[in-house]
Amino acid sequence: MLLVEAWQFIVAHPDRFFGALLTHVTLSAAALALATAIALPTGVWLAGTRRAASIAIATANVGRTLPSLAVLALVMPLLGTGFLPSLFALTLLALPPILLNSYTGIRQVEPEIVDAARGMGMTRGEIVRKVELPIATPVIFAGIRTAAVQVVSGAVLAAYIGGGGLGDFITAGIAMMALPQLLVGAIPATLLALGADQLFGRLQRALTPKGL
Amino acid sequence: MKWLLANWDQVLIALGQHLVIASTSIAIAFILSLLIGIWAARYESVFRVALTVTGLLYTIPTLAFLALLIPVVGLGRANAIICMVAFSLMIMIRNVAVGIREVPREVVDAAQGMGMSATQILIRIELPLALPVIVAGLRIATVTVISVAVVAAYVNAGGLGTLIFSGISNDHAPKIWTGALTACALAIVADLSLARLESWLRRRAR
Repeated sequence: MLLVEAWQFIVAHPDRFFGALLTHVTLSAAALALATAIALPTGVWLAGTRRAASIAIATANVGRTLPSLAVLALVMPLLGTGFLPSLFALTLLALPPILLNSYTGIRQVEPEIVDAARGMGMTRGEIVRKVELPIATPVIFAGIRTAAVQVVSGAVLAAYIGGGGLGDFITAGIAMMALPQLLVGAIPATLLALGADQLFGRLQRALTPKGL
Repeated sequence: MKWLLANWDQVLIALGQHLVIASTSIAIAFILSLLIGIWAARYESVFRVALTVTGLLYTIPTLAFLALLIPVVGLGRANAIICMVAFSLMIMIRNVAVGIREVPREVVDAAQGMGMSATQILIRIELPLALPVIVAGLRIATVTVISVAVVAAYVNAGGLGTLIFSGISNDHAPKIWTGALTACALAIVADLSLARLESWLRRRAR
């Protein structure tokens, strides 16, 4: 019964629903792309250093424990409300898992393999691109997958700081105790998170070089 | 800072509520995970089904989960606790089962040879040896639960999130800072203390 009413709400307000869905996907995808662009190269670079790594890794480990809503809320007094502050907060949330996994993935590559590559005359850049990154792909993608689910999940909370997205229906639904509206936000958000998890799981398998 | 000094009692109450709902959820989830995890350590099919189902629950966005429970249990603490238990199960069941499976076969054989029953082996050999791995799971679950509890204020479960939400709706920055930073500090303290416990247990096991 509730499901039928939720469906009717979507049919009656298609612009609002698809607008929110589009905002949700854009916000999540942009945050994930930004975080990957920053954290992946940083993680790979850190794996080759000694001193910088321990501080950065410790920071990332602390960052990973911070509650999503607390991070979103802290951004509001600093940057205000809206899409960009939400994007900033969600990017911050996505950094630690990608950074930690990129770092661990590269560090896990056996030194013998790197030595062999060097013996074959590969340059440092070639070793990273042709040897270390392919071997580290499964671990790196596991990090991106974790971050993706976290970002889709966090984007629901972005509604509180005016980020838009599917969370808007949930907050409105709770405020008015309109149960069908709750489902209009909650069910698509759940499907989106499960979808992101599946998608990145598949990508992880598809991009892992054969023989690993 | 001025706001915090004038309202420290309000912050303490919120922190207290936060600790109560978080520890209740962890306690319930821990008992369930021990039972299911022990079972899953014995049978591969149970392991796979348990992890698939709880893995799905773990992927659901927090606020969506709380919202989906409203038509079933309404607003309040019960809603929050169900959600928090559901989020902790995957990590803890996995670690209980994996921890028990990692106990060396020879140790279990030796215990059997000494005439121990299956229950004695479980309680006196397998669980103690699996403890560091179990605590590692407890650590991740605790941090997760503290994080979920912040959002749970929105369904009237109380806790530090109440400060954040009332700060956001009144556009009162000190309240937001206090709520958010206390929640962050709580998560960090819980993570570090359980990490300590874990490494102490690992050293003692050797």
